Amino acid sequence: MSAAGAAGSAQWLIRGARIAAAGAAGSAGAAGAADILLSGGVIAAVGSGLGRAGVRVLDAGGLIALPGLVDLHAHLREPGREDAETVETGTMAAALGGYTAVHAMANTEPVADTAGVVEQVWRLGRAAGHCDVQPVGAVSAGLAGARLAELGTMADSAARVRVFSDDGRCVADPLLMRRALEYVKAFDGVIAQHAQDPRLTEGAQLNEGEVSGRLGLAGWPAVAEEAIVARDCLLAAHVGSALHVCHVSTAGSAEIIRWAKSKGWPVTAEVTPHHLLLTDDLAAGYDPVFKVNPPLRTAADVAELRRALADGTIDCVATDHAPHPAEAKETAWPEAAPGMIGLETALRAVQRAMVDTGLLDWGGVADRMSARPARIGRLAGHGGPLEAGRPANLTLYDPAAPAAAVTHGASKSRNTPFAGMELPGRVVATFLRGVPTVLDGMPA
Amino acid sequence: MKRHLISAADLSRADALLVLDTAEELAGLADRPIKKLPTLRGRTVVNLFFEDSTRTRISFEAAAKRLSADVINFSAKGSSVAKGESLKDTALTLEAMGADAVVIRHGASGAAHRLAGWVRGSVVNAGDGTHEHPTQALLDAFTIRRRLHGGTRGAGLDGVRVTIVGDVLHSRVARSNVLLLSALGAEVTLAAPPTLLPLAVESWPCSVRYDLDGELPKSDVVMMLRVQTERMTAAYFPSVREYSRRYGLDAARMARLPGHAIVMHPGPMNRGVEIAAEVADSARSTVVEQVANGVTIRMAVLYLLLGGTGFPEVAR
Repeated sequence: MSAAGAAGSAQWLIRGARIAAAGAAGSAGAAGAADILLSGGVIAAVGSGLGRAGVRVLDAGGLIALPGLVDLHAHLREPGREDAETVETGTMAAALGGYTAVHAMANTEPVADTAGVVEQVWRLGRAAGHCDVQPVGAVSAGLAGARLAELGTMADSAARVRVFSDDGRCVADPLLMRRALEYVKAFDGVIAQHAQDPRLTEGAQLNEGEVSGRLGLAGWPAVAEEAIVARDCLLAAHVGSALHVCHVSTAGSAEIIRWAKSKGWPVTAEVTPHHLLLTDDLAAGYDPVFKVNPPLRTAADVAELRRALADGTIDCVATDHAPHPAEAKETAWPEAAPGMIGLETALRAVQRAMVDTGLLDWGGVADRMSARPARIGRLAGHGGPLEAGRPANLTLYDPAAPAAAVTHGASKSRNTPFAGMELPGRVVATFLRGVPTVLDGMPA
Repeated sequence: MKRHLISAADLSRADALLVLDTAEELAGLADRPIKKLPTLRGRTVVNLFFEDSTRTRISFEAAAKRLSADVINFSAKGSSVAKGESLKDTALTLEAMGADAVVIRHGASGAAHRLAGWVRGSVVNAGDGTHEHPTQALLDAFTIRRRLHGGTRGAGLDGVRVTIVGDVLHSRVARSNVLLLSALGAEVTLAAPPTLLPLAVESWPCSVRYDLDGELPKSDVVMMLRVQTERMTAAYFPSVREYSRRYGLDAARMARLPGHAIVMHPGPMNRGVEIAAEVADSARSTVVEQVANGVTIRMAVLYLLLGGTGFPEVAR
């Protein structure tokens, strides 16, 4: 039986952590420290003086206790590209980053567009046991954008798929998008759109602007994202169904989503850590480690994305963890595969972009990296709050750990844009249903 | 000078003038009965051409040979590259063979940049995608200085008004020329349909106009860019005829230029599209001179990058 399945065999007392509660502003600040007792896979008690005999104790003085992080958007590459990542290595990377649940995107080989493939990915996640793997189903058969995949069958499968996405490609056909949005209402599904007008981005390499013009790289205009975001918000409102916008990268998209939400429309959105920290001028050296889709944008976009995440217009942070083997990046820029790994650095990047800048407190981080993504992904067992009776999924994080260089971790791939950069903080421990997957920053 | 020549931005005004002045010295060679100098004897120059470009490759080859370098021509067709070898592995192969300089032409913007990270020798960018072609800009500057200033050593191009016409968006020649000519003091204007200009072109050190006719009477130099055949079918403009009517340089337009003005083209020309035959063959046209100057300027670049010796009359 897997480690996570053995939950309950040991009790843990987490002593003196500051509990970050979503929705309770400043809760991680003055509220002070508390003990958390984990037993039988759930949080048995939260309070003070919970020590008892036979309990393993973790001294969490100075650490923040966050509900286990939930990623709505990761590429685990299995089946098909096990040279880049496997469910085993990807979920270990996730645990080291503080995650207890990840959504695995559908663009595998074969595509996750049938019950068979999503169940396989789900079972691989259970077997690995480092964090829960929730497969995302493809919207269209083979990601071809022509006809719907068997969405209902995937929803009814053991994997209980609720999030559907052709991520990597846009569901560009407006009629197919409308049908997908409508159809998933029958089982409380959500369509996660990779917003990219294909005609406006043929051959696109880099944000269209001053940098792309200077470097002679074909531009990826912001409007190619914003036009699809606007269209899909209107479609979601028209049919009354849930739209989730993947990896929002432009100030204009954030503004459109803010407008859609002001109308009460059922729209949610995510932003990646790299779009909160990095800008297109990093492409100046033509190192394809900075090539990603959607591309890195301008400093003005970064500022607006941070503001939108802070005010809740953008609901959550999702990694878009996209591992690639070395040879896919050791090429000229236009020939390189787009994508960056991010599971192991997401929380540290968010601390740098959002917490150290005063835009979010730790309660806000718990909301944007756990509670809201769990709600969007329909994951009842995740997202906190850290209260008695809840599943013992939590992360202990040291925000005061001195900024340190990003180094190689558990991911099979090395394409991190933060290599050589220093980020603050350190994930100290991760618990999945009461069982540690990470202790002292190492795989448990 | 830097170790590599990848972008015209790698050249300060002083660097650019050193290249031009060195080329002036070397130009004297062309008139001697024996055109060869021993300066790069024993050094190896590799021409690494991933795109077909006989003109540029021959120009670099002639330049290296006139300096007595050993030249290895490596073209992608029928080579290990055609068998799927990556740019990095090709670079490591050249490195193992001991190339002192690699001249690279590649279809991907930034390829020369990447190559420079993988080899120890000097990298000369002979055109990377839609990015830059710095030796073309140097030979253009050299041609302008010779025609307008008689090749005066140490002279820049201060106040010279250069109008570059056509597909700026996809032109490595335009990018390098805007950087280099403006660094030398020229006043550069781009004249093109809006679809063929980069989005943020206003941040470049030049002016931008959509109307060619208004620029002609003010121009000392008109540089026509080639219209690539693939642009003609991709809706950048309605038809070749319309492009030619609005942006082509014909005899009537040439007549509106000041008397001393010259007409340049990096070649190969589309006669009847961006340039009319009577313009291309006119006395104002520098097209053939540009080719000859290309060899001279590339000799100067290789000489300066490889630290050639035995040519003491050139100030280093």
